[in-house]
Amino acid sequence: MTKNLLEIQALRKRYGSVEVLKGVDCTMQQGEVISIIGSSGSGKTTMLRCINMLEDFQGGRILIDGEPIGYEERNGVRVRKSEKEIARQRALTGMAFQQFNLFPHMTAASNVMLGLIKVKKMARDEARSVAEKWLERVGLGQRADHYPGQLSGGQQQRVAIARAIAMNPRLMLFDEVTSALDPELVGEVLQVIKDLAADGMSMLLVTHEMRFAFEVSSRVIFMNQGVIGEEGDPKVMFLKPQTERLAEFLKTSSFA
Amino acid sequence: MNEFLAFLDQVWLARFVILRGLGLTVSISLLAIALGSVLGVLVGLALTYGNRPLRFVVRAYTDFIRGTPVLVLVLASFYILSTIGIELNAFQAGVFALAVFCSSHVGEIVRGALQAIPPGQTEAAKAIGLTFSQTFTSVLWPQALRQMLPTWVNTAAEMVKASTLLSVIGVAELLLRTQEIISRNFMSLEFYFLAGLLYFAINYAIERFGKYVERKVSVPS
Repeated sequence: MTKNLLEIQALRKRYGSVEVLKGVDCTMQQGEVISIIGSSGSGKTTMLRCINMLEDFQGGRILIDGEPIGYEERNGVRVRKSEKEIARQRALTGMAFQQFNLFPHMTAASNVMLGLIKVKKMARDEARSVAEKWLERVGLGQRADHYPGQLSGGQQQRVAIARAIAMNPRLMLFDEVTSALDPELVGEVLQVIKDLAADGMSMLLVTHEMRFAFEVSSRVIFMNQGVIGEEGDPKVMFLKPQTERLAEFLKTSSFA
Repeated sequence: MNEFLAFLDQVWLARFVILRGLGLTVSISLLAIALGSVLGVLVGLALTYGNRPLRFVVRAYTDFIRGTPVLVLVLASFYILSTIGIELNAFQAGVFALAVFCSSHVGEIVRGALQAIPPGQTEAAKAIGLTFSQTFTSVLWPQALRQMLPTWVNTAAEMVKASTLLSVIGVAELLLRTQEIISRNFMSLEFYFLAGLLYFAINYAIERFGKYVERKVSVPS
């Protein structure tokens, strides 16, 4: 039996009295590309953010390579791990955000190098060459010494992806990475993601780009009101939706 | 014309007195700004990251200090601190009062600058595995410093002006020295003008320096 890269068991998350995730179960193998779709408020972004503990969660477990993320049982009581341990676990995954979140006071190369130096304890020169390699990969080798303010949205997002990938994560998380981009800049970012998928990178994407999800994913998860409404092969999901909710959702989405 | 020459003559006679006063004003200001800024950073950190009780105490401190006239702070630290066993001379008491005043303002500046940084910055730093202290030193603080520089320079200039209040407790800074000189030669208009010019020169220098640093550390866009 192959070991699961990611295992989510009965994940529950509440904001105050509002339950956003009501028991999500999901497993993922190495090399899979999974798109999470669903209407806003369905919990897809929250689920992604729980995986790297940007959100605490109240119930269930998340395992990466069998290692429980964020919480552990001590004498039968569920306790949050230490901040230091959580920081280490966060580096198991890489994340790209809707708003890029590049550090504006650092050049593109420095953005990529920061984690390599501080977390991976790499020497400066080595970090620089790793950063250059990845910036080259996302097509920005010439922009290494530019500041985020000097780059277009699409370029910023590619730097942000390079920053995450350079850390050599087990799993990449993409949170609506094209939603804040002008339409003509979406393509260049999606191309970078496609190339990574072709390299065998394990990826979990929250996206509104249905056409892209259809083309790139090995599996699609449809989130509906805090639970997984339907999941499966993109061809089946998009062309022959099994549930009425998914059929309805696809009708209102841009997938045509 | 003769009057002007007479004034210059008086200035020459009083040159060492004026320079000593100027030197003291500069030292008071620098000390108060330095101490006040260090304390202010701690105040700002407590206001931003402290737990509830700490925030409450520090908030009460800054609100109280900012709501009190500096002159009252100066008088209080000179006359009241000694009644509770803290013996400070006029210079020390004055610097203490100004530093406390400065810290409450710098504290607010620091808090504002840190809170103005979008939460996405912290999230991105967390996502690459940085601990809080690494996030603070590499991501948040450098951005906050740039953000607060202009306001901080403003506060520094305010401190120079507030240093004149130390004249009331007998610290022989520039204003008190000027008043002494005037009491000897009665050239009040001329010497107050000279003092004003010197204060302006100090603050102008501070402002230019601030602008220079701002340009130096500005991020290209």
